[in-house]
Formats: sequence, C-alpha cells, structure tokens
Amino acid sequence: MAQPGSGTVTSGGASKKLSFGEGGMAGVMALLTILSITVAAKAFTAEYAFHAYLFALGAIVTLFAVINNYVDRPATLPPLEIDGKPNYNFAPVKFATIAALFWGIAGFLVGVVIAFQLAFPMLNFDLPWIAFGRLRPLHTSAVIFAFGGNVLLATSFYVVQRTCRARLAGYLAPWFVVLGYNFFIVIAGTGYLLGITQSKEYAEPEWYADLWLTVVWVTYFLVFLATIWRRKEPHIYVANWFYLAFIVTIAVLHLGNNATIPVSLFSPKSYIVWSGVQDAMVQWWYGHNAVGFFLTAGFLAIMYYFIPKRVNRPVYSYRLSIIHFWALIFLYIWAGPHHLHYTALPDWAQTLGMTFSIMLWMPSWGGMINGLMTLSGAWDKLRTDPVVRMMVVSVAFYGMSTFEGPMMSVKAVNSLSHYTDWTIGHVHSGALGWVAYISFGAIYCLVPWLWNKREVYSLKLVNWHFWISTLGIVFYISSMWVAGILQGLMWRAYTSLGFLEYSFIETVEAMHPFYVIRAIGGVLFLAGALLMAFNIWMTIREPEAEEAGDRLAPAMAPAQ
Amino acid sequence: MNETYRAFAEFAQTWGLLYFVGIFLCVLVYALSPKRKREFDEAARLPLSED
Repeated sequence: MAQPGSGTVTSGGASKKLSFGEGGMAGVMALLTILSITVAAKAFTAEYAFHAYLFALGAIVTLFAVINNYVDRPATLPPLEIDGKPNYNFAPVKFATIAALFWGIAGFLVGVVIAFQLAFPMLNFDLPWIAFGRLRPLHTSAVIFAFGGNVLLATSFYVVQRTCRARLAGYLAPWFVVLGYNFFIVIAGTGYLLGITQSKEYAEPEWYADLWLTVVWVTYFLVFLATIWRRKEPHIYVANWFYLAFIVTIAVLHLGNNATIPVSLFSPKSYIVWSGVQDAMVQWWYGHNAVGFFLTAGFLAIMYYFIPKRVNRPVYSYRLSIIHFWALIFLYIWAGPHHLHYTALPDWAQTLGMTFSIMLWMPSWGGMINGLMTLSGAWDKLRTDPVVRMMVVSVAFYGMSTFEGPMMSVKAVNSLSHYTDWTIGHVHSGALGWVAYISFGAIYCLVPWLWNKREVYSLKLVNWHFWISTLGIVFYISSMWVAGILQGLMWRAYTSLGFLEYSFIETVEAMHPFYVIRAIGGVLFLAGALLMAFNIWMTIREPEAEEAGDRLAPAMAPAQ
Repeated sequence: MNETYRAFAEFAQTWGLLYFVGIFLCVLVYALSPKRKREFDEAARLPLSED
C-alpha cells in the first residue's frame, strides 16, 4: 500500500507550495511554543511548569517535523487515487495500532500493580507518586483511553477508508489526531502521578489537558466526516455509524463534564461550574456514556467490520444492525443515574436511570445475536481459527456483561452491590472480556493487512493468548463476585441488638484471599498480552506476502 | 423556579416521550420496509468486497 508521499508524482516543473494545513500548523505550533514557555516561567507549581515544558517540547518538535517534511516531500501532495484505486493512507493507522499495544501492556501492568497493592498495602511504599490513589486513575485511563482509544483511532481510520473506498481526508490532520491524542495521554498520565487531577472518575485530567483533547477530538471528527463525505460507496456502512456516534457523543460528554473555570492560566487547578447533585448527575451522565459510547458503540463498530471480514460472511441481519444502532443511541444516554441510587438525586431520576438500563437489554442482546449469527455457515472457524474464537468469546462477554449491568441497576440489587467489588468485577467482565478481546481480535486481523502479511506469525500463540487470558478473566470476575457479595452482606449484617455485626476493617480483611486471586488473574491477562506483543512483533518482521511467494496457507491451530 | 421546573418536566415527560417514540418508529419503518431489502443485503456484504 502506498505511503503518503510515495504516490506517482510528475515532476512537470510544478513549484512546491506550502499547503494551508502545513502553514497553519507551523504557525499554531510556533504560537503554542511561546505560550507554553511563558506559562512554564510563571507557573504556580513545579508540576504544572513541567507540563508546560512538555507542551513547548511537543510544539517545537511538531514545528520542525512539519518544516522538515515540507522540504523532503514531493511538490504535489499524495493523490487520492492511483490508477482508479483509492490510495489509502495507512501510516497513522499503523502508528495507532502499535501505540495501542504499548499502552495496553502498560495499562495492564499498572492494573496488576494496584491489584497487588490492594492485597498487600505495604506495596504503596509510602511514596505519593505510586500510591494506589494515583495509580488507579493511571490504570483506568491507560486501558480505556490509551489502549482502547488507540484501538478505536486505528480501526476507525482503517474501516472508514475501506468501507468508503476513499483516502483518509487531510494531509497532516490524521497525524495530528493520532499524535495529539497520544500527547494528551502522556499529559494525563504524568499528571496523575504528580497529583494533578480534578477527581472526576474517568475525567481526571485538568482543564488544559481537556482543552487540548477538545482540539484533537474536533479534528478527529472532521477527518472522519470529510472521509465519509468523499466516499465512493453510496451506502454508509453501519460500522461508520457506530464510529460517528462514538466520536460525536464523546465530544459532547467531554465538554459537558469538563465545563470548568481555571483558577489562573498559570495554575493547573480549576473549578466546575455545576454544583452539588447536579455535578454528580453530570459526572455520571458522562461516566456511563463513556461506557456506552466509548467502550460500547466504538467497539461494536469493530465487531460489525472485523467479524464479517474475518469469517468472510455478510452481517447476519443488516436491518437488525440499524435497529440495534438507533435503539442503543436512544437508550444509553439516559442510563447514567443508576450510578447514583440511594443518593441525594431525586427518586424519579434514579428510577428513570434504572428503567432505561433495563430497556438496554434489548438492543444489547440484539447486537450480540447479530454478531454471533454472522458466523452462521462458518461455525467451524470457531474451532479452527483462534482469532475468530477470541472475537466470538468477546461478543459472548458483551452479552453477559450487558445482562449483568441492567440487573445491577435494579435498585434492590444495587442496594447490595453498590460500592462493593461486584461492580469492579462487572466492569472487568466488560473491559477484559468484551473490549479487550474484540480489540485483540481486531489487532490480530489488522496487523497482517496493514503490513501486507499473509497471516499473523503464529496462530498457535494466539491460541495460547486466548486460553491464558480467558483463565485470567475467569479468576478475576469470579473472585470479585464472591468478594462483592460477601462485602455487601457483611456491611448490612446486624446483631440481634441492632448493632452492625462487622467493623469496616473486618470486611476489608475478609477480602484478602479474593484480592490475591484477582491479582493472579491480572498477571495471567498481562502474560497473554505479552505473548501477543511478541506475536505482532514477529509478524511485522516476517517477509511480505508477495515476497513470500508460493508459501502455503497458514496452518490452523487445532481446537483445544 | 418550582413552576418552571414543573412545566419543563411535564413537557419533557409527555411531548418529549412522544417525540422520541415518533423518531424511533421512523427508524423501524426505514429499517424494516421491504423496499430496502436489496440495498441492505448489498450493504451487509460491503466489508467483503475487495478493491
């Protein structure tokens, strides 16, 4: 596949001109450098100054990269088509794929560390930078936004080009999105370790990081939309609808939940404009829709492209996919209040959240059935192809956790489960089982396609990855079920005299064995991901498919 | 404040509900209409056709 700049260029004396994008980017980066250095010089705290210097460094590097690229590139920008075929732009997709692998392993590793910290608190070492309270948001952001986000960037930029049969819009813009997003991750992550947070779950980054993400995200939206705009295919494939819903909704959620006023340009601290229970409601409107639109809609888009592609079967019911899409969009946005059962939130709002959560069963299971039934006529692949197995198990986990979630949103169940480890178990059956597995499956498909290889280096290793991490997930969620229910029952146990039967510390002590089992589950999951990284590394190093010549089709790993 | 709140809530709970149900019915008609069967059957195969 042609890289940007390698397209056929006629040297018909065309004089090279700085494009609007290049000039604009260089100008903005120059201004950002000056601004960042000013802020760094006058910053109220050393941590904030560090971030300002990071911004300055990033801006300078970008400025040089843009100018350097301009000097080296041919006079004309890469063509949209070569010989009537779309000239796809896969370089940013490759970058995001590798970044996803890197952040995935980093995020899983931090998860393992904090799991051991919960089992053995001395592992906090009394150091503020690696205390559980700082590492926990590092873990959640690394797996959701860094790993999941890069998977979504990579697959969305791939799928939108393929299903629209059009080159990705923009010359620098796709790179700005991918690199700018990863820069945001670095700012967010280092901020947590240094103690910069606005203490909103899944929305911890402070105002300046939020502003930067807004710019990146709007660019992402425009690149995606402009690519759809120039499509050759009249129909907009359903996966693109899911991606678009994910991009638009995340933008709205991000703006609503981060409506803050900074103390000063020179301070990292800001205050939210919402107060009290309204703030709580906005936070969980954001928080639950981060689950609904980031971790669900975006990854459903992956399901709707990669499963049909891998098993070489059409989507089971395209009509169902349309109904699935709209029902999901309509219902998810109202489910947030179930995070605030038995709080100061008005009762009717709690009931509304519960009702919509229960209604979500329907689209969720409709989608699950659609994904699974896409295999009809190709069920044997479940036995022979471990990548398909991974994606199918992922859809099964999607079904399981979207059954568990509505059940937990019922007030009576929630009175037992709320604030316990059951919630953590539920989140991880969704995050490890659904989100991570569909991502792994997509990466195993995507890497050979992008680097022009027949197949991944070893399907046997994929099989090992699958079984090791499945065992890890089972350890994780089953230990958390037991821990959570035990915890909930201990908290609500009364003696015959009406006193609480257990002190809080007794309930904490009772959790120890389950925390150890959970940590072991995490180690297994991390081990699986390391196998994957090795497999992907070897795949990229393999000779290209054409050079490999008459190599035989890859041997399928047997079912075990 | 209370009056405004009540009026707003009442509007949302009646007309808002009808509005959303209405849109969703349109979606159902669009998705299930036999006229579009061929278009959707082709769309379902979209990822499979290579260029």
